[in-house]
Amino acid sequence: MTSSILLSITTFIYGAAAVFYLAHWIFKKELLGKLGTWTALIGVAGNIGGIILRWVESYQMGIGHAPLSNMYESLVFFSGTLVIIYLIIERKTRNSIIGGFATPIAFLAMAYASMSPNISDRIEPLIPALKSNWLIAHVITCFLGYSAFAIAFGISIMYLAKQKDVQGTSNMLSRFPKAMVLDELNHQMIMFGFLFLSIGIITGSVWANSAWGSYWSWDPKETWSLITWFIYATLLHARMMRGWYGKRIAYLSIFGFMAVLFTYFGVNLLPGLHSYGSF
Amino acid sequence: MLLLSIALTSIVGTIIPQNQNPADYYRAYGDFLYRLFNILGIFDMYHSWWFQFMLVLLTMNIIVCSIDRLSATWKIVFAKNPSFNLSRFRNLSQKETFSGNQPPNELKKSYEPFISRHFGYTKVEETEKGFCIFAEKWRWTRLGVYTVHLSVILLLLGGLIGSIFGFRGYVNIPEGEAVNSIRTMPSGKIQPLGFEIKCNSFNVSFYDNGAPKEYRSNLTILEKGHPVYKKDIIVNDPLRYKGYSIFQSSYGKMPATATPEKKTAVQKPSGKITLDFVSQQSGKSYRIQTVVGKPVEIPEGLGKFMVVAYKKKAEFVGQNIGEAYEGILTPQGGKPVEVLLPLRFPSFDRMRKGKVVISVVNQTTERSNPGSPAGVRYYTGLQVTKDPGVLLVYTGFIVMILGCFITFFMSHQRVCIEIIKGKTKSKVIVTGTANKNKMGMQQKVKRLSDQLADLTPGS
Ligand code: HEM
Repeated sequence: MTSSILLSITTFIYGAAAVFYLAHWIFKKELLGKLGTWTALIGVAGNIGGIILRWVESYQMGIGHAPLSNMYESLVFFSGTLVIIYLIIERKTRNSIIGGFATPIAFLAMAYASMSPNISDRIEPLIPALKSNWLIAHVITCFLGYSAFAIAFGISIMYLAKQKDVQGTSNMLSRFPKAMVLDELNHQMIMFGFLFLSIGIITGSVWANSAWGSYWSWDPKETWSLITWFIYATLLHARMMRGWYGKRIAYLSIFGFMAVLFTYFGVNLLPGLHSYGSF
Repeated sequence: MLLLSIALTSIVGTIIPQNQNPADYYRAYGDFLYRLFNILGIFDMYHSWWFQFMLVLLTMNIIVCSIDRLSATWKIVFAKNPSFNLSRFRNLSQKETFSGNQPPNELKKSYEPFISRHFGYTKVEETEKGFCIFAEKWRWTRLGVYTVHLSVILLLLGGLIGSIFGFRGYVNIPEGEAVNSIRTMPSGKIQPLGFEIKCNSFNVSFYDNGAPKEYRSNLTILEKGHPVYKKDIIVNDPLRYKGYSIFQSSYGKMPATATPEKKTAVQKPSGKITLDFVSQQSGKSYRIQTVVGKPVEIPEGLGKFMVVAYKKKAEFVGQNIGEAYEGILTPQGGKPVEVLLPLRFPSFDRMRKGKVVISVVNQTTERSNPGSPAGVRYYTGLQVTKDPGVLLVYTGFIVMILGCFITFFMSHQRVCIEIIKGKTKSKVIVTGTANKNKMGMQQKVKRLSDQLADLTPGS
């Protein structure tokens, strides 16, 4: 079996996990939630297996490098970390409804990586600039941050839905965690994400300094990651100093995730260094 | 807020490409907009006076706010005797309560060492009903926020020092030759180095698909003609000497006698260009002749393509890839994309992963021809930088990571264990507060209470 096939299968397993979690939420069957958890776990195993296999394959091809060097590989890594972080939250909160809002993101990311005609899943040799351990640290930390922000995004949507129904009349929403818990989780995920985004930008900057001789050159991707960082910093300040919470934080969190998406996908539409290749 | 306005203005700089040829701007924006943008410095906005001014404003704001609040925090953090307010703990809504079999005195004896092992500071007080053990830890983490702000200031300061005292320059050195000065950018001044850099050899290797694999220059540093340091540099592994960093940046070939050209020249190409278009869907190849500036229609409805320029030394991700055509591909119903067609690497455009792969036919010149006349040798293109601010910036990086960790995940925690004498049993009430993450603190208080209950069996 090749890593591409294994990862394609993983995509469907994540899809199945998302369906189970959503069904668990809609039909209120505990069993479906359990099924979701086990499916997600199998998906993670496949995901990790796929990454390792791909690593081995690259060595067999004689161009060995960690599978973190292009759009496809980073999306695969992103999905894996997202589901792992989610499963940890599930264990801590003992609530598997959040799964219905987290695993679909992982499924979409994997599906986009495997199906999009713009993304190649071939293992390519590394051009000289990408041969750096700082790059590996950079990709890992950035995507840990992005996964946390993605989960915060899902939780924010849940929060906003829950807010709309103050009396608790809708029994679709009654099994969501309490609004306060969602708000707190959102905040925790954002702090976690912010720390890793900071480390991600820093390692990227150190890498740039060893490859191009400048730690910051205001290219669009760098600038957008800084913009994203500023948005989340604003969110943290609003919460810590102005005492913002709940709805406003949820909106800011959604807004921040849009910036993350743009940093990752949209920047390729802008002119600049990063725009030719996929990184 | 200031943070957001910097974020918003930064966006402008990502939409308008920075530091391009003025003529290109003029064509793209027209007379009026060009002048307006030029006055506002938008073509190099991150170095414009108003953007720098915003950064200064931001720094001032952080410094002022932080100093303003720091004095209050300082008093709390460095208080000699941390004060505890019993009634505040009594008023907390979340309490953990259990009862112990022993009298308060005994309980106190077994609890106190346990508590002082887990907290940095402990204090026992007698109350009207028994005892009270106060304890706290991580008081200093209240300074975490200021650490983060300090790191931001360090970064900005490092950047400032770099932009004032640092420079960046380029130099081409033919194999076997040495230089003792470089040309700085963008000013174009000659900067003496005080030592010599000699290029002993240069090597480039490629993968099978034409992508570059490694650029390697073997350099020697000479002081007054004597070699003092020798190193192979590749991309991502520069040579550092006396505060200078020497990076592999580009390369080229030259006749043995000529001197290397200093600047990228944009030349008019001579005559016709033959292009191959390979449709990825059908696999068919189409050969079409054109000239610069004349759009051609690609079969199978794959859109229009026009060669817009010829570059003698094109750059791709900072590397010189030699002669190339630049073109614009406009897919049907899609956005135009820039396409680079290096003469030396016919399969280069495959990397773009588009619907059509474009390559230049039969234009390989004598330079890139392996069978070229003898006496052709390489020169290596080096980037030499000096940035005395880097150390400060890297310190800022480390401080920022530590500061964020402290601020986000550590808090000043205080607990109060009140032991109240009852008729037969004692009552123990555990409460606690933290300046952050209150929900997490509740769980910690619960765990502490369970641990204390386990310490005194039978209760
Ligand atoms: C992008 C980097 C940052 C900038 C430019 C910045 C800027 C500022 C400014 C200007 C203030 C004062 C605002 C006022 O008093 O009206 C402030 C306060 C504050 N900032 Fe930041 N900050 C940054 C990063 C952070 C981070 C990462 C944290 C992390 C938690 C943080 C936490 C705080 C807090 C808690 C205050 C209130 C100060 C206090 O209560 O003592 N800041 N920040």
